[in-house]
Amino acid sequence: MSEEKKAVPEAVTTDQATIKMLHIAQERGQETIFDRAVKMKQCNIGTEGICCKICSQGPCRLPMTKAIKEGTEPDNRMGLCGATPETIAARNMVRMIAAGCSAHSDHGRGVAETFRAMAYGEAKDYTIKDEIKLREVAGYFGVETTVKEGDEEFPRDKWEVAREIADIALNQWGNQQGQMIYPGRAPQATQDRWVKQGVWPRGIDREVVEIMHRTHMGVDQDYRNLLKQGARCSLGNGWGGSMMATDLQDIMFGTPYPGTGNINLGCLSHNKINIIVHGHDPLLSEMIVAAVHTPDMIEYAKAQGAEGYIVAGMCCTANEILVRHGMPIAGDYLQQELAVVTGAVEAMVVDVQCVMENLANISECYHTKFVTTMPIAKCASGKNTVHIQFEEHHAMEKAKEIVKLAADNFKNRDAGKVCIPSDTNKMVVGFSTEAIKYHLGGTFRGSFVPLNDNIINGRIRGIVGVVGCNNARVEHDEVHIALIKELIRNDVIVLTTGCSAMACGKAGLLTPEAAAVYAGPGLAEVCETVGIPPVLHMGSCVDNSRILTAATEVIKAGGLGKELADLPAAGAAPGWMSEKAVGIGQYFVTSGVYVMLGVPLPIYGAPKLVKHVEEEMEELYGGKWDYEPDPIKSAHKLIAHLDKKRKALGIDTARERVLMDMADRQKIEAA
Amino acid sequence: MSKLVAFAAIQGAYNIVQKTEGKYAAALEKYGPEQKLEFPNTAYYLPIIYSLLGIPVKTLADAKKPLEVCRSLLPAHVKIQNHLPYLGPLLDAGMAAILAEEIAEAIRYVEDPDFYFTSEDVDLEKGKIWLGAAEDTVFRKRGVQFVDGSAPGFAAIVGAAPNPEIAKEIALEYQKRSIYTFMVANQGGTTFTEQLIEAGVEVGWNTRLVPFGPDISAAVFALGFANRAAMAFGGIKPGDYQKMLLYNKERIFAFVNALGEVNAEWAANAAGCVNWGFPTLADTDIPPILPTGVCTYEHVVPNVGHSEMVQRSVEVRGLKTTVATIDIPMAYGPAFEGERIRKGDMYVEMGGASKTPTFEWVASMDMDKVEDGKVEVIGPDLSTVKEGGTLALGIKVEVAGRKFQEDFEPILERQIHHLINYAQGLMHTGQRDIGMLRVSKEAMEKGFKLEHIGTILHGKLHQDFGAVFDKLQVKLYTDTKEVEKLRDAARKTYQTRDARVENMTDETTETYYSCTLCQSFAPNHVCVVSPERTGLCGAYNWMDCKASFEINPTGPNQPIEKGEVVDPKLGVFKGANDFVEKASRQAVQNVCFYSLMNDPMTTCGCCECIAAVLPSCNGVMTVHRDYTGETPIGMKFTTLAGEMGGGNQSPGFVGHAKYNIVQRKFLSGDGGLARMVWMPKSLKEELKERIDARGKEMGIPDFYDRIADETVGTSEEEIMPFLTEKKHPALEMDSIFG
Repeated sequence: MSEEKKAVPEAVTTDQATIKMLHIAQERGQETIFDRAVKMKQCNIGTEGICCKICSQGPCRLPMTKAIKEGTEPDNRMGLCGATPETIAARNMVRMIAAGCSAHSDHGRGVAETFRAMAYGEAKDYTIKDEIKLREVAGYFGVETTVKEGDEEFPRDKWEVAREIADIALNQWGNQQGQMIYPGRAPQATQDRWVKQGVWPRGIDREVVEIMHRTHMGVDQDYRNLLKQGARCSLGNGWGGSMMATDLQDIMFGTPYPGTGNINLGCLSHNKINIIVHGHDPLLSEMIVAAVHTPDMIEYAKAQGAEGYIVAGMCCTANEILVRHGMPIAGDYLQQELAVVTGAVEAMVVDVQCVMENLANISECYHTKFVTTMPIAKCASGKNTVHIQFEEHHAMEKAKEIVKLAADNFKNRDAGKVCIPSDTNKMVVGFSTEAIKYHLGGTFRGSFVPLNDNIINGRIRGIVGVVGCNNARVEHDEVHIALIKELIRNDVIVLTTGCSAMACGKAGLLTPEAAAVYAGPGLAEVCETVGIPPVLHMGSCVDNSRILTAATEVIKAGGLGKELADLPAAGAAPGWMSEKAVGIGQYFVTSGVYVMLGVPLPIYGAPKLVKHVEEEMEELYGGKWDYEPDPIKSAHKLIAHLDKKRKALGIDTARERVLMDMADRQKIEAA
Repeated sequence: MSKLVAFAAIQGAYNIVQKTEGKYAAALEKYGPEQKLEFPNTAYYLPIIYSLLGIPVKTLADAKKPLEVCRSLLPAHVKIQNHLPYLGPLLDAGMAAILAEEIAEAIRYVEDPDFYFTSEDVDLEKGKIWLGAAEDTVFRKRGVQFVDGSAPGFAAIVGAAPNPEIAKEIALEYQKRSIYTFMVANQGGTTFTEQLIEAGVEVGWNTRLVPFGPDISAAVFALGFANRAAMAFGGIKPGDYQKMLLYNKERIFAFVNALGEVNAEWAANAAGCVNWGFPTLADTDIPPILPTGVCTYEHVVPNVGHSEMVQRSVEVRGLKTTVATIDIPMAYGPAFEGERIRKGDMYVEMGGASKTPTFEWVASMDMDKVEDGKVEVIGPDLSTVKEGGTLALGIKVEVAGRKFQEDFEPILERQIHHLINYAQGLMHTGQRDIGMLRVSKEAMEKGFKLEHIGTILHGKLHQDFGAVFDKLQVKLYTDTKEVEKLRDAARKTYQTRDARVENMTDETTETYYSCTLCQSFAPNHVCVVSPERTGLCGAYNWMDCKASFEINPTGPNQPIEKGEVVDPKLGVFKGANDFVEKASRQAVQNVCFYSLMNDPMTTCGCCECIAAVLPSCNGVMTVHRDYTGETPIGMKFTTLAGEMGGGNQSPGFVGHAKYNIVQRKFLSGDGGLARMVWMPKSLKEELKERIDARGKEMGIPDFYDRIADETVGTSEEEIMPFLTEKKHPALEMDSIFG
């Protein structure tokens, strides 16, 4: 491919390991997504969302002409059936929401099914690791956690509690009528808004199916009505499938608390068997982590001439095992091919989502086994591709089978091809909602009050969740880093998940030392007091639900309004690419959050729809979408939004020190 | 940097917990697990552990569990680089240190019983200067001041000032602001307490300068005091650590002053205090922790100069204090109220042992007879008296004003005692015609003259009661004959007044008064005061409440129309119930004024006495706060008060004032005073005259002699033969359980 167009590594990424590995891949003639992004242009009509292919009379393409744009010609565009650009783009967008929500919620369903199997004693390799959370979650589902004997109350058996939770939880997917339970965790005012707008979801699956029906040829042809169903579906995921996935995972695998970790390809080892677990689901990777620590597997590695194992993660599977076990992260979504190019990966074990099919091809160039594990995610490409189907009932057995496969492959590693970059970065990760609460006051005084207090007094200007994917169409890592640095420089505390968190990790923003270097004086002082980085790693992309629960805690702690929309808070996905991101973005918007994208939604060929998502939605839900490709400009739009919310709350001016005398004290309400 | 504080404090906490574990193991070996562990004469066990963990530690064996909690709270040490968050762990470490220290101090009471002097005052001659845990009589008396606002908070002073003069200045500043100073720890062997003593300052609970102990671990006595207040007055349940600590943050205005070099163990204690919302201000260059949140404002403020220490401290804690500006040559404020003037320090004595006549009399006059602010000394002034001499003293305060009523006279008159006492160098006791005033030599040196008493009374009465009068003048008589003559006139007024109040009845009075003064501490408690059911604290009778309302119409005493009489026997009034329900935030719906068996009135914890039913005797007992012994109900006053404080209704128990015992409506719904089978001897004697009078009214003239006391017994079995022998009326009455 020497004559073909290739990416210029230094131009497409700021990550040093990625630059080094891209050069090597290109030298070896192995094409990666970075090169293909240079070679292949995006379809203009598709990116604007105005291609309709839902019936065989199309595809109907309704390009936006210059004249329409400038208003010199009326916008009379329509498909064969008369569908307007708004109808077409809205249908496309809500289908993205449906797909994204399905991905996260189906992951959640898998977790719930495993949880249920565990609760009923059918999945012996799993157990209840966090009983406190089990009892807390029981509360959300209305499951009793105590039993009464006469006048005395005793804690109810944890397995009994788990079984009841499992049955109720699993029913949330197929629930047909009434209201789903979990959105009831939101602040009351936010719930009231959902009821008023008619977007409280009935059941996770039902809302997805209804989208598929309504976007079928000739059904719902009102873009506002379509987006309303998109909003409803998104809540079923954000406050349902995703949130339950997070919670049930926490119960089974432990709620994350801050720990240290390493990131980047430098974590791979020359002398150990390198297993990469990639995808999103922790059910298998948890077992692989456990398996490599068993004596027989350690022995097995030695028998193959290796010093042991490195289990490193990619994508959100990485985040899951990082925040719970401190396992290293090899890299993010865009680095998956490059991990194989190190020549040091014995097995690339994948579960679901964001797994590039080209892994199969690139694995062929090395000894790497490309192992698919999920019945719903197989791969037809590649000679090194193997499928070892994961079964929750025999989880450990399957995990060991995979570990052995990797160990057996160690001897096939070609030393001549091995090239591991030295880059790794330290980080502090694992800020679950529970962990934040603890670290703001300890066992006895843990609460979100200190955070609120420092937002109110202006040391912290607001909270922005910067989340989402990498996207080969924008500069790798840099879009996240530039935005985040600008935010923290302006005293905005950043919460992060997914591949965005990884960009932060690689840039050193997840270390406590980063506060003094990058954060504004107010934020830096708070970070110094608590001992935290200015950017808090909250987990995987399914864990965006943690941002919702954290925001709910902020409302509960008081002083910052009644509904989530009142908070000086916002969200951003500067490098989003997957449909999941649209699903997530919509549940944030529906929850009242201003969401800033760095890559456009495919809607800009439908001006009225743009107005709806960027303006009208704020009236409905308190949140709205926005798009700004320049990270610095986008940071300032976000800051302007925070300032607007601060003003509405009356905390835009310096707070006076209230000195209390006895009369003031008598006015204090009952504790 | 906070990291350094965290690093040091966590280190300090490890030291403290480890030392305590060692001390505990040694004690266990020496004394065995059954060894009693307690702070003498206190309720609530080891109060910090009990209030936060809900574990009642009574023996060495009981201390094992909380000690394990301490160990489990100790976090990992803070790494230099890429460290984990440390604020939460830091606070946990601090808490571990404090909980461990409470055990260590309790063990000290076993190992060295004489180390602390369990008293309200120090004994300088015997070198007993460390008071340790405040016994309950002291705690309740002082706790009330935190309730009524006469003590806005406390400063815990750790270490020592650079010299005794600075120590004295700081202490005086706190006294002027009525803030208690709790003194702990030493700086290289020097203590703030000893510095004050050296500078000639009187220390002890009476002057609000409390020497707890010479080690940092004595900090637990300050924190324990705060938690006891929250349990006694705030109704916070043991084990509800969250409410307990927030109660402290919001209502107990305390803070730490670290004087001198801050070591790791001090840092651990400071971190512990942050859990309570109590910040630390230091005079040294330690790392600051300024962001707010766990405390109301800053957490650690370093480099505070000694001259600004007090002002900065109250600001950081978010407290507003007022310094009384009375133009006299001595300092002035409630903190000086308890100051003693011993014979040797005394310049002159009026009344008291000197037997010179005295009187104090507030009289209303016509407007044109009073010249506001005029102070006359009629007779010889103090300058004519030699050191150690005596003098007669009549204080007549003449008041005029359109709103002034005769009923207000006794209320103003009752202020004279403490208003004079607030002056540094004056000591006043008694009232009416049994008053006594001593003036110290130091006060005379500073330039005190008798007219300053007029200055004080004019200034302060205007400040506190200005709403009800327009003009006030003070006449001070010192000529013995003149004083005797006017005293006779005053006595006539006293008699007229007493008759008026005593003749009022609940039936003929339509308006009662609420008292929610204590709600700053006990948010659900509300008193209703009627003429025949005086306030349970003994400080507010119906007349006082009425005057208080006139003076401050939006204040804590509001008129309540008693409305429909629902039950005359038990004393249930619709108007009162409606008010109580609202003011108690629905916690209490029905109150019987005259019963302890049915929906009795609640108590904030400041009651003078607690009455309890004695089932076998078919009667009731009552015990007052000053009696520390056992009672027939099996609980001391402290335990009883702990059980029922905080605004809960507890049938079978009721809090009341001493005087209420001899009011006609006392427990009349349950059979009245005739049910009284046991009282502490001292209380009985105090009320003898009135009990005899009531006995006559009841037709049992020797009723006084039929009431058992601790000399008869302190259990129902022990007193029963006595009651039978004396034919106590309760034995013949209907069952008290109705």
